[in-house]
Amino acid sequence: MATQQTQLLARTLLSPAVALLFIWMIVPLALTIYFSTLHYNLLDPGSEGFVGLDNFRYFLTDPAFLASLQNTLVLVGSVLAITILLGVPLALLLDQQVVGLSIVRLMVIAPFFVMPTVSALVWKNLLMHPVSGLFAWIAKLFGLTPIDWFNDVPLFSVILIISWQWLPFATLILLTALQSLDEEQKEAAEMDGASALSTFIYITLPHLARPITVVILIETIFLLTVFAEIFVTTGGGPGLQTTNIAFLIYSQALIQYDVGSASAGGLVAVVLANIVAFFLVRIVGRNLEA
Amino acid sequence: MARMVTTRRKVISTVAAWLVGFVIFFPILWMVLASFKTELEAFAIPPSFLFFHWTTENYVTVQERSDYFHHALNSIIIAGGSTLIAMLIAIPAAWSMAFSPTKRTKDILLWMLSTKMMPPVGVLVPIYLIFRTVGLLDTRTGLIFILCLGNLPIVIWMLFTYFKEIPKDILEAARMDGATIGRELIYVLTPMAIPGLASTLLLNLILAWNEAFWTLNLSTLEAAPLTVFIASYSSPEGLFWAKLSAASTLAIAPILVLGWFSQRQLVRGLTFGAVK
Repeated sequence: MATQQTQLLARTLLSPAVALLFIWMIVPLALTIYFSTLHYNLLDPGSEGFVGLDNFRYFLTDPAFLASLQNTLVLVGSVLAITILLGVPLALLLDQQVVGLSIVRLMVIAPFFVMPTVSALVWKNLLMHPVSGLFAWIAKLFGLTPIDWFNDVPLFSVILIISWQWLPFATLILLTALQSLDEEQKEAAEMDGASALSTFIYITLPHLARPITVVILIETIFLLTVFAEIFVTTGGGPGLQTTNIAFLIYSQALIQYDVGSASAGGLVAVVLANIVAFFLVRIVGRNLEA
Repeated sequence: MARMVTTRRKVISTVAAWLVGFVIFFPILWMVLASFKTELEAFAIPPSFLFFHWTTENYVTVQERSDYFHHALNSIIIAGGSTLIAMLIAIPAAWSMAFSPTKRTKDILLWMLSTKMMPPVGVLVPIYLIFRTVGLLDTRTGLIFILCLGNLPIVIWMLFTYFKEIPKDILEAARMDGATIGRELIYVLTPMAIPGLASTLLLNLILAWNEAFWTLNLSTLEAAPLTVFIASYSSPEGLFWAKLSAASTLAIAPILVLGWFSQRQLVRGLTFGAVK
């Protein structure tokens, strides 16, 4: 039973956070929108002028945009597929009785805590280096020609690194969900003579549907703007082969100093993220009421 | 009663789980091993796994380069500062929404969540220009400010879900006994909230420590934390694998330890309570 006094207090306590987040959301976004209508290049000061939607036309018809959009979608889709398809069996495995489970859990979760620049460089040099990397040595052991990862399959190499970073996340969430699954339900199914496979299909998988959705949405939000891994490994290349939208905007803004075009690109990224966010917010919102 | 598990099944699961765990952990292990090799051995083919000349010279070299300390200190100040400030702003907000909810509380929470969905590249340009104008580029203050705002929604959400679990009856009882709001906060709420506060603090330290978009774009030298320092090893001039490994090991070790402690809270913090 909140009195008027506590209500006032509650509002006072809440307002700094709301005000800050409001400014954080509105001011930069408004500026991005404003810049996106200007011809504005930092290398060419004094030439700013209103150009309407020209930047969007330029950005959206730039072949680099289509290439980077495709790379972004391939990257997000592949990492999602890999982390879920490996994460489900891995979570099921860790849900079994395993001797030393806590140590195994630690080993599985560890990659998530490694800073992106470290994991990207360790993979690029120690593992994927075409001459001295461990993968090259393994390939030679089997009489194969070592793959020159970042030249032959650059996007796939980036996908591999990012999947390694996010597999722990998917696994941990799915494992948490599995542990909340009612054991009695599974026992009953087993007593009724259900095979392990049908128990999985009819009991476990439906139970995992929601956490899988959550994993997909949250990973998508983060994966849409993967940056550091590309920045330290390929720099977007060779050519545009590993340039995603985030990296394209970065290079337009901070390498070519084309503020107008980068802002237009930024808004495209905001729209893409919002499509995903819309669904995520609804799922979380439904959970708030339960 | 727990289900009966045959020994055979247990052996198979154990072997499989350890194998998979080892494979996933291997890149980190390999990096730690390389940090104890000489540059020549780190680069050698065939690689030596354990039987190499163990040396700590890389760590000594990394320590002697005073710039490592400089960047480590930056990481500590930026991650710690942004987390502490975010906590100071978030605790009252989450407290108020958890204990005096109104009709709009749910909308406010979801709106806060949606600010986290904004891709940082979408606002890179204005933030960069604002920072350039007011002289915040490559300053710790600027990075603390940005990381604090970036993580604020997660901090508020985590605290909210923890505060929600504190039984309201206890507060009612305290109020009946005539406790003022200040006393209620200090003597009733705080002790019960400490585990939640601790895990929120921990998870956000980790997120801020590893943040690699704003730190790479807004700092170069003076304020550069370890994420940026490590990225400087990507330049092709000479390959210092052993030193890279030593610097990396030092950079991730503290966070790995913290992370292992907070792995359970991780799920809650990163799914906004959608998976428990």
